[in-house]
Amino acid sequence: MGPEALSQVLRQLPVLDHPNLLVGLETSDDAAVYKLNGSTAIINTVDFFTPIVDDPYLFGQIAATNALSDIYAMGGQPLLALNIACFPSCLPKEMLAQILRGGADKVMEAEAIIAGGHTIEDDEPKYGLAVTGLVHPDKVTSNSNARTDNLLVLTKPLGTGIINTAIKGGLASDEVIRQASHSMCELNKEAARIMNNTGARACTDITGFGLMGHAAEMAEASNVSLEIWSEEVPLLPGTLDMASMGMIPAGAYNNQTYLQGKTKFSGQIKAELQLAFFDPQTSGGLLISIPEGKADILMQGMNDAGIAHAAVIGKVKQRKSHLIEIV
Amino acid sequence: MVKEIDCRGLNCPQPVINTKKALDEISTGRITTIVDNPVAHKNVSLFARNSGHQVEDKEENGVFYISITKGSGENPPSEQTETEQTLPVAAQKPVYLISSNCFGQGSPDLGTVLMKSLMLTLAESDPAPGALIFLNTGVYLAAEGSDVLPYLSKLSERGTSIMACGTCLDYYQLREKLAAGQISNMYEINSKLTGSSKVITVS
Repeated sequence: MGPEALSQVLRQLPVLDHPNLLVGLETSDDAAVYKLNGSTAIINTVDFFTPIVDDPYLFGQIAATNALSDIYAMGGQPLLALNIACFPSCLPKEMLAQILRGGADKVMEAEAIIAGGHTIEDDEPKYGLAVTGLVHPDKVTSNSNARTDNLLVLTKPLGTGIINTAIKGGLASDEVIRQASHSMCELNKEAARIMNNTGARACTDITGFGLMGHAAEMAEASNVSLEIWSEEVPLLPGTLDMASMGMIPAGAYNNQTYLQGKTKFSGQIKAELQLAFFDPQTSGGLLISIPEGKADILMQGMNDAGIAHAAVIGKVKQRKSHLIEIV
Repeated sequence: MVKEIDCRGLNCPQPVINTKKALDEISTGRITTIVDNPVAHKNVSLFARNSGHQVEDKEENGVFYISITKGSGENPPSEQTETEQTLPVAAQKPVYLISSNCFGQGSPDLGTVLMKSLMLTLAESDPAPGALIFLNTGVYLAAEGSDVLPYLSKLSERGTSIMACGTCLDYYQLREKLAAGQISNMYEINSKLTGSSKVITVS
């Protein structure tokens, strides 16, 4: 659901204020965090969606990677996962088995376990996970901890929404598909481990609301503005070419409309690049806010771990008229 | 007769794909794509403009009519009635494929002078070329620091579409320095070349 429609719905819900609920709805974070005691908090999250690739095993991997990412974005470790699946009775059951196997392999790679799940019949397949993770209550990397003069690091290239649209249209080359698929099923586990070791306190993962939407949530929750350096933002190969051919998903336009007045583009930034910044991401990277003095260590760690696309893409500024300024 | 591509009820990317197919089938002419959602309207317009075609659109009760003119806009001979005159070859606008920043083999200095002279000539020529496509080191001509930029801007004003190969710009690290025309890809370049009856290669 788009951010505008979702916020209209969520506005009607009561705000729950419980002393142990460290992170709830109001900061638009990736997952809920509940403090059990002085050294342990649990993180709960759920995410599922319809197939974006034809290969069921790959779809399972991508959906699970995407769901696990919310735990990593909060600074936690995944512990338990439950499958959520919808599947039509007319399709071969082997296909569902392959989806679940893709998910199970990613959960195993995350060093968590699948403890069960729930499957219902539906016209269109859907798959994802409900995940429980653990984090130290003082080490939650919430949206609300970005501080002025922090640098912003993005760990994966943008463009999966545009490229998925091009795949549907039959316009994406094999190499473009291969690189996008690889990016979508790469866990944010290593990136999060390096982030946690470096002592970053603010993080979100880039998913359906695009870089701009999730950055705006971070700016809002931290009461700051973010400056994004357009030339530094990593893009998947083929993204701008496909964008220029009109392969823009509806979600990108929804995000752009919702964020009008909150984002400002300065200087000459091509329309296609602007749209890439609003492009909804499937299983995107982490956006990390890190004190300037620690950014080198963080980037060195990313390079050593082979997270090749990680880049410093901007800086946290004092709150201005716009939440995000793209230069 | 303007061909209508009715994409009502279709979601992206299908309207773009259907429009692309219809444009691929003609070398010159006009089509109207009909869509009923704003996203398809934006994407079809974006695609058609970036492919170097002329676009006019109007909205009536939530239905968008996107009129796209490819090339001169004249219907191709096969679609014309017998009484109509086909456009004489001499009047068709040539497409120039420029794959080097020098004109001809030999001294690079001479090649540079000749290229500048060619661009000056093209800027004054009648009719103006349909398109200039810059490939390989040719992209230097459309980048900052090129001394033919005034001619390219004049050509652009006269309706010539200027296309620079994106892969080439990336290779020579010129993407951010492109000073004339639009970044294009091999797909578009190929459709431009195959869609034109008069292609002149300058290398």
